[in-house]
Amino acid sequence: MNTTKILYSIFLGLVMSSLILWSSDVNTSDHIIVPPTEIENSPFDLMMQVLTHQRCVNCHPAGDRPRKGDDSHITRSLGIPRGNDGHGLQSISCGTCHTTQNNDYSGVPGAPDWALAPESMTWEGKTRVEIAEQMMDPQRNGGKTPQEIMKHLTEHELVLWAWEPGIDAEGLPREKPPVSKEDFIKAVKEWMASGAIIPEA
Amino acid sequence: MKITFTINGEARSIDTDGEAPLLWVIRDGLNLKGTKYGCGKAACGACTIHVDGMQVRSCSYPAKFAEGKEITTIEGLSRGDKLHPVQQAWMDEVVPQCGYCQPGFMMATAALLNEIPNPTDEDIDNNIINVCRCATYYRMRKAIHKAAALAAQNPSE
Ligand code: FES
Ligand code: FES
Repeated sequence: MNTTKILYSIFLGLVMSSLILWSSDVNTSDHIIVPPTEIENSPFDLMMQVLTHQRCVNCHPAGDRPRKGDDSHITRSLGIPRGNDGHGLQSISCGTCHTTQNNDYSGVPGAPDWALAPESMTWEGKTRVEIAEQMMDPQRNGGKTPQEIMKHLTEHELVLWAWEPGIDAEGLPREKPPVSKEDFIKAVKEWMASGAIIPEA
Repeated sequence: MKITFTINGEARSIDTDGEAPLLWVIRDGLNLKGTKYGCGKAACGACTIHVDGMQVRSCSYPAKFAEGKEITTIEGLSRGDKLHPVQQAWMDEVVPQCGYCQPGFMMATAALLNEIPNPTDEDIDNNIINVCRCATYYRMRKAIHKAAALAAQNPSE
């Protein structure tokens, strides 16, 4: 490391410590401190921009019924309750209409393991912090380790379907999440690698 | 692509676009016109058939997924000349009005009775969510209960 880099590092260190000291002084109701992970375009922010998008939330609904469309509405054909395993009821299930792929004829979306998330993983109506806490809590996330959650978020075809959502019943392309798939995967990995810090509520 | 399956107990092979809805294969390729086209969006249930015993909306089911499967349409619901309890109950309760939606409802009901032989009204409301433009729902409910009773009297059916 050359001298310039050392000096630069010392300077950065001083700036960071004074910022921390300053922030502990001004943490009052009219000076809201934004935790580092809530900074715009931080890994946490990028990840949450995706997880709170309707492509994800429609299958993590509050209550028992899946949501549909960019306005997250309920239709009669989606009036099927989640059932015991998130796949619907005994004789009518997700597989009655959905397959493992999008259907351009009917506009019905599909991907492997098409199902509702368990009730303990309801995201609709929750804050980013609540969603993150729930996602990392093995009591509520189906006993998953952080590694397994990362795998689910970055590799599971049902999650990655969000970037290939196909066309709707009118033949119009469904809206994709506001962050690209590559940036989302990178953000999730960075957030996990840096300790999966969840900002305070 | 060539797709081979069993339909109403008969082995069939057909050349078709694998992505085409199975409904087109059934109606136009195999000339089985009992299964109806309603919405084409998996919303109404008029096209309901059974694939390996499960109800499927064939307007939204790519033909390629039928490979090696057992398919039943309304034409194959009876056992030879003997009516399926759902068909008998539908006649007894004079359910249809225009009739267009009825094959789909009957297939959905047969699938329901396979899973829940004696359904409650709540089971019916939850599992039978097809759409009838003529609003024959009230008579259908009676017929579903009747079909369950008929099947219970004759468990082999
Ligand atoms: S035609 Fe298939 S559900 Fe309406
Ligand atoms: S009987 Fe006419 S649509 Fe159902």
